[in-house]
This record gives sequence, C-alpha cells and structure tokens, in this order.
Amino acid sequence: MSAPQVAAPVQTDTAGLAPEDIARLRQDFPILKRTINGYPLAYLDNAASAQRPAAVIDAVADFYRKHHANVHRGVHTLSQEATSAYESAREKIRNHVNAASLTEIIFVRGTTEAINLVAQSYLRPLLKKDDEIIVSRMEHHSNIVPWQLVSQQTGARLRVIPINERGELLMEEFEKLLNDRTRIVAVGHVSNALGTINPVAKIIELAHGWEVPVLIDGAQALPHMAIDVGRLDCDFYAFSGHKMFGPTGIGVLYGKSALLEAMPPYQGGGEMILKVTFDSTEYNQLPFKFEAGTPNIAGAVGLGATVDYLNNIGLDRIRAYEHELLDHAVAALEEVPGIRFIGTAAEKTAVVAFVMKDIHAHDIGTIVDHRGIAVRTGHHCAMPVMDFFGVPATARASFAFYNTIEEADRLADALRYATEFFR
Amino acid sequence: MDLKDLYRDVIVDHNRSPRNFRKLADASHSAEGFNPLCGDKLKLFLHVTDDVIDDISFEGTGCAISVASASLMTESVKGKSVDAAREVFEDMHQLLTTNDAEPDITGLGKLAALSGVRNFPTRVKCASLCWHTLNAALSDESASVTTE
Repeated sequence: MSAPQVAAPVQTDTAGLAPEDIARLRQDFPILKRTINGYPLAYLDNAASAQRPAAVIDAVADFYRKHHANVHRGVHTLSQEATSAYESAREKIRNHVNAASLTEIIFVRGTTEAINLVAQSYLRPLLKKDDEIIVSRMEHHSNIVPWQLVSQQTGARLRVIPINERGELLMEEFEKLLNDRTRIVAVGHVSNALGTINPVAKIIELAHGWEVPVLIDGAQALPHMAIDVGRLDCDFYAFSGHKMFGPTGIGVLYGKSALLEAMPPYQGGGEMILKVTFDSTEYNQLPFKFEAGTPNIAGAVGLGATVDYLNNIGLDRIRAYEHELLDHAVAALEEVPGIRFIGTAAEKTAVVAFVMKDIHAHDIGTIVDHRGIAVRTGHHCAMPVMDFFGVPATARASFAFYNTIEEADRLADALRYATEFFR
Repeated sequence: MDLKDLYRDVIVDHNRSPRNFRKLADASHSAEGFNPLCGDKLKLFLHVTDDVIDDISFEGTGCAISVASASLMTESVKGKSVDAAREVFEDMHQLLTTNDAEPDITGLGKLAALSGVRNFPTRVKCASLCWHTLNAALSDESASVTTE
C-alpha cells in the first residue's frame, strides 16, 4: 500500500460560483447535454442519485481498459497497479473526510450496507433486551429498518427524536431520550426528504455525554458540504458514491479504529482473512476485515476521482452557490398557486419538497417531465416523514451545483402549466 | 406523446368529481389496493345480489389517473353481472398492458379515455390498481392488493 498523499487544493474563496463557472462545469457532465421530450434536461433529482462528470466516467473506464486485476493478491504488475489505484482512492477519501487513519475507511456498497454493518457487527453483540436505539423522525428507511431488525433480534427498542412543523429536530426532546439504556444514536446529517441540515455536532456532544456512540448517515451531506469526521468526533459516518457524483455500488463506512478493532467481521470470505483452517480463521487487519470478497475496485477508483473533482471546485463554493439556488427556487416556486412547501428548516441544502392543492405529486412528476424536468415524486423512502406532514407523497426538486437559476424558473413555469390541466 | 392524451377531459372531470366516492355500509364484498411506490390507496366496496353488482363505491387517495380510473370503473360495472364485470377487467387489462398500435376500444365506452395511459409506462399501475382491486373483491380475497 503505497498510497500517494493527494493534497486537495485549499479553497478559501467562499464567493460561490458565477453563472460562467456553472456553464463551464456543466460541460463536464455529458448527460446534461440530453434533451428530454424536446426540452433540455433539467435534472432536479440529485438527492435520489446525482450525475457523473466525465472525469469520473473516464477514471472508471481507464481502470478497466488499462489496470484491472484483482487487488491484494498477485505479484504481477496489473495486480499491483489495481491495488495501488484502489488504495490510493482510499487515501483520497480519508483525506477528504479527514479521518485519522486509512484503517478507518471501509469500502462498502453504499450507505445502506454501512448502516447494516454497524447494526449487526457493532451493535448486535452488545444489545440486550430493553436497551434503546435513538433515531429521528426524518430518517430514510435505510436508517430505520436496520435498527428495527437488530431490535427484533435482541428485544431492544427504537426511540424516535420528534420534529417540528418546519422539519427540524426537537433537540430538547432528544436530550430527554438519552439515558443509560441508550446504546447508539443514528441520525442523518441531511434529510433526503426535507433537506434539513441537522445539528450533528451538538447531537454527538450530547450523546457522548452519556458515553453513547453516534452514527451519522451522511449520504445527503457529502455532495454539498465539506465533512470533517475528526472535528465532528462521530463514531461512525456512512455515505454513498452515487449521491456525490461518483459510481453506484460503492460507498464508505468511516468508523473509529478502536470500535472497528473490537467488532467481529460482518461477512466472511476472501480478502478479510489472514489464515484459514477448518478449525479456525484468523481475520485480516483493518480495513480489510470488513471487505470480504473482491471489492468494487473500479467503483472505488471512480469515487477517488469524484473526490478530486469536487475538491478542484471547492465544497465551500458549492455550498455558497447552492444556497443562492435554494433561495431563488423557493422564491420562484412560492409564486405558484396552491403550492405548500414540506420542509422549511432554517438550515437546509437545496432541496425543495412540496405538494400542490388538488394535484397529486405523481401527476406533477409526469407533467414536468414533459417539459424535460426530472423531479422525484413519492414518499422518498421516508414514510414516517410523510405521515408527520399528513401527505401521501410529495414532489421534490433537489439541486446540485450544476443546476441553474433558469432551471428553477423552468420548474415554476411547468408547475403553473400543471395547474392548467386540473383547473 | 401529448399530455392531453393522458389527461383527457373525461379523466380530469372524474378526478375533480369522482363518482361513487363513498363508503358502502352494507357491502357484500370489499378489497383494498395499495401502490407502495407512490402511496396510492384505494378501498373498494361492492354490493352483489344474485350475481349482479347492484352497488359499488370506493374511497382513497391517489393521483388523477388512479382516482379517475376507479371512478370510471364504478360507473362502468354498476348493474353488470359478476361475469360481465370480469370481462371488463380482462378488456382493461388488455388495453393497459398490450402494445398494439391501435387498441380495440369498441365497447369500452368512457373507459376508452384511459387508453392514453399505455403511452406513459410509469403510469400504467396507477390506472390498473383499481381493476386489480375489483378482481380481488370479486374473488372474495380479503387480503390487500399491491401493485408491487
């Protein structure tokens, strides 16, 4: 493992991105040249899955064309190249989230697998009847169901942090939920359904006051902001490649070394072992103990390229620009008759979820698609959130840095057009 | 593909003012339909006497296509024999799921307004949910129907 230290260019400019920057960056994304139903694609479904820049597509293709072999095995040249590419991606990601050590970066399929890994490998062995797991009302199903499964296996209980009508966590209620039976707190950094940015640093501080570890589901945070797991002091942090402009089928679990060391493997197989006999098996060291089987090598390489790409732009600039986009989108959509926003937290990413009077979200989705605009409609894998707001489904426009002010205006126009159908 | 082909006047009208949209207190048959992808929910009530559907109604929430389809369905099968209603189910199933360039809409009456749905593959389940629910109710399957 001779992973080169790739230093990201330091971005001190927080002025955001100018229209000419956006026009240039859009050129990096081949799919944005598509037309849909005769209109230029306006891709506003980034929270479901973002698009990839050519740099990432090329990194994956280049790996397959020139360097592919299995990793950590052969002495031949290609195997060394593949191992080096895979491990240098791990280093890029370590650096990107500021983890202390490479041993704390585990490649997984995605956020879902990362959370299941922690639920089964960390939590299950120590969970007893009547122990408690704290999640929040706004979690994605992937940060609810794994904890329900482990609760059913052990007789533990799920406790839920309530939210207010703006879609913000009730922190004083969270404090009351913490007690000496709490075994883990698992919350999203950013809500996929509402866009709310949760006060995760405070959550971690409060939980640590009870010596309770915290898992942060960062799937919706990585595409929009710089993450520093060292400063956050979170115990686990999970994210997915495809939400942050990288490949599908690759994601990362960050875990503190001391916790990961003590955990049994999640899956057994090749790669995660040092020595196998029919009597016993000696497990490999971290991070390989948790990477059974041949990993998604090209996916990891692509994710490394993604991190380089994002750092070249600068996440602070992305954050500042997306804030402008959010303000503009809210102002434009507010003018649409009969619209009601779902999720109006003070701290938000550029996610605008809404319902419209007398028009079901599904119909909105079809009508705006006819104008080339991709939005998500449905429950967004967050049914408890839908229940809270008393709606069966919402339409959700989720923006990325390559989206434009004009696209937000086009959505507002398309929604006015939708109201004409049902007048 | 024209949106007007999907949202025809008949569909917009039945969505705005769904017919037979109520509970049936003395239902002899009922069934529930659920589309987990979009959250559409439908409860169907039937009153059958001597193999004739003498009353039918529904309740629920859903998109324009699913509400209009259910509303049109209740109008079309009310007064029909159970066998005749099953035939309409088969015809609608055929209409929504086969890809003939020119679907045979003779005899479908107002239901023909749903023929535009076939050009919008992601919306076919919206239109077919109530029909599967009808089939389940007639077969006395008390379990709920889902599109998945």
